[in-house]
Amino acid sequence: MIALLARDMRLAVRAGGGFGLGLAFFLIVVVLVPFGVGPQSALLSKIAPGILWLGALLACLLSLDRIFALDHEDGSLDLLATSPLPMEGIVSVKALAHWLTTGLPLVLAAPVLGVLLNLPGPGFGWLVLSLALGTPALSVIGTFGAALTVGLKRGGLLLSLLVLPLYVPTLIFGAEVARRGAEGMAPGTPLALLAGITCGTIALLPFASAAVLKVNLR
Amino acid sequence: MVLRVTDMGVARGGVPVLDGVSLALGPGEALVLRGPNGIGKTTLLRAVAGLQQALSGDVEAAPEGLVYAGHADGIKAALTVTENLTFWAQVFGTQGISRALEAFRLGPLAHRQAGALSAGQKRRLGLARLLVTGRPVWLLDEPTVSLDTEAVAMFAGAVRGHLAQGGAALIATHIDLGLSEARILDLGPYRAAPLAADDFDGVFL
Repeated sequence: MIALLARDMRLAVRAGGGFGLGLAFFLIVVVLVPFGVGPQSALLSKIAPGILWLGALLACLLSLDRIFALDHEDGSLDLLATSPLPMEGIVSVKALAHWLTTGLPLVLAAPVLGVLLNLPGPGFGWLVLSLALGTPALSVIGTFGAALTVGLKRGGLLLSLLVLPLYVPTLIFGAEVARRGAEGMAPGTPLALLAGITCGTIALLPFASAAVLKVNLR
Repeated sequence: MVLRVTDMGVARGGVPVLDGVSLALGPGEALVLRGPNGIGKTTLLRAVAGLQQALSGDVEAAPEGLVYAGHADGIKAALTVTENLTFWAQVFGTQGISRALEAFRLGPLAHRQAGALSAGQKRRLGLARLLVTGRPVWLLDEPTVSLDTEAVAMFAGAVRGHLAQGGAALIATHIDLGLSEARILDLGPYRAAPLAADDFDGVFL
């Protein structure tokens, strides 16, 4: 398992691994929004939590189809399926590798980009906390979607259509935590719901992903 | 007996291709599957490996005793030869890749990126993976594709060494591997009966 994680991380940072892809997309979205909205700092700081969360979510979505597609193309997924590793372990490690290469950089970059959107001071901590809690759910749900569409040629669009509705609760509660934090309200309730979503998906979805992957390999 | 397949029937794309295949492999035995294109050699091997559901029949094998090598080698182009093999050794919980490097003469290429290898060299790397898995039963699907005669002999030597250690191999291939001790199973007689054309409506009733 650790070997698989190490290999995926190594592949991500090598040429063609797409490590910075999500991060670059996030950066572009957040940098472009102020140009589109115009120089109204009050409006910007109002929409900042939502924009940052939406940008992070779309950046996550961008790299989902790589989770299994590359391994399926070169045959390593078949070989992994016949290896001693349990399928649930394989999908969990894949989701973890996706979070480490996509989610974690987004969490770390978000406060810097918050400055560009004039995010109010108290909001920074809550933004980072909500992203740190929410992005693992995005990776785990995305892994489930990737397992569903593995083996389909150009499955990216279908993957987005399948995954986006499942992302909605995470987006709602994540952005709500950041918004309440930025406006100085108590973010306890959405924070608890966000944490609940993440814990639930991490606990249950790997089993579903492993089951659909087994069916898809046949 | 390290592998026993009884009365197996398999389908490809929903169409039954083979029916009633039975075979058994003991330690130190190799069996070569032969048959024309499309008869279902790959499908049979995948079903035995557990990657595909068989229509009927069952497979008896030691738990975690099988290793499958298909048309694709599962090589990561961005990793070096050593990194590729070490990864598989770690996944299968074995130690040391030097024997595998030696058997397929990959030593001089050990630090080359796998993406920079030729097709035949990649194939040798894919076959070297079998040696690091440490599993007794090899299921090989066209293992000699893109290998030259010298590399085919290298591969035959590796199989022979594996058999000498009590392993077994089930190989689907068209060419003569020079493995005189291997038994040959022609899959022709096991071809599944085609669906009766006049029963076309019956399928939907």
